[in-house]
Amino acid sequence: MNTLQLCLVFSSVLFAIGLMAALARSNAILVLLGIELMLNAANLNFVAFWRFGPASDGATGVIFVLFAIAVAAAEAAIGLALVIAIYRHQKNIRLQEATRLKG
Amino acid sequence: MTLVLAIIAAFTLASAACAFSRRNLIHSALLLILTWAGVAGFYLWAGAEFVAFAQVLIYGGAVSMIVLFAVLLTRRSIVDPIVTPASRSRVAAAMGVGTAVVAVLVAAVLNTSFGPEPVHAPTAEVRQIGFQLMGPQAGSLLVIGVILTIALIGATILAASDRENPRAVGASARSRMGKGELSTAGRRAVLPVHGKDAAS
Repeated sequence: MNTLQLCLVFSSVLFAIGLMAALARSNAILVLLGIELMLNAANLNFVAFWRFGPASDGATGVIFVLFAIAVAAAEAAIGLALVIAIYRHQKNIRLQEATRLKG
Repeated sequence: MTLVLAIIAAFTLASAACAFSRRNLIHSALLLILTWAGVAGFYLWAGAEFVAFAQVLIYGGAVSMIVLFAVLLTRRSIVDPIVTPASRSRVAAAMGVGTAVVAVLVAAVLNTSFGPEPVHAPTAEVRQIGFQLMGPQAGSLLVIGVILTIALIGATILAASDRENPRAVGASARSRMGKGELSTAGRRAVLPVHGKDAAS
């Protein structure tokens, strides 16, 4: 088991923790945080392949991670704004009760 | 080298697991900051310093603050008190799915041969990243700028309250009345508010 495989196992477990959180919790904020954690696990993979992969050149993996972080930050802002909008309509952010799109 | 990776991985995974098993949302958010710090430590360990500092700034600084504000703005009580049989079975199903995903991914990783590691580690100096971003990746940088702008404007519009502006609320309620339906929210907005409603 070389270093690349160790890094990939690490990111797989991190991804699974995020997946379990997104599936198990009913609070919308925790579900969003689980999704953020899954995105982080994907970024770990980019850096691991950039550093330990067989054919890495230049700074490609690093730049990919930078763009992914920017998109994840935009997603977090939108998601939490949606959570606040849902809270304003139904005073509650449980996902089981957010069954209507119409306010 | 591998020992450091093991320490970073144990720290990150333990804080993530603790974060999602707490019932207190504020504890979850604070433990997730530790998780993000652990991921930044992994980037430092792998030699991607610029990404590590971007991770600390964006996740440790910005996203964690947004999350804490969202938690504080939307809480009724800090703890999430509802534990029903349905939620227990959902947790069990989620654990099963997560374990299956880990098993599949780890088996795939261990059964793949990735070829030899590079002889000398690739470097990503800030200067090199800057030239890449401004040269070959300039189009992507512009697209990311547009995405961030649109996302921030959209987030502001979604989260901005229209309760403070009675004229806008009245207009929307009148248009609903015109269509022959008056929801409770519209009725509350049209009628003069007393007591509890005025406080909210």
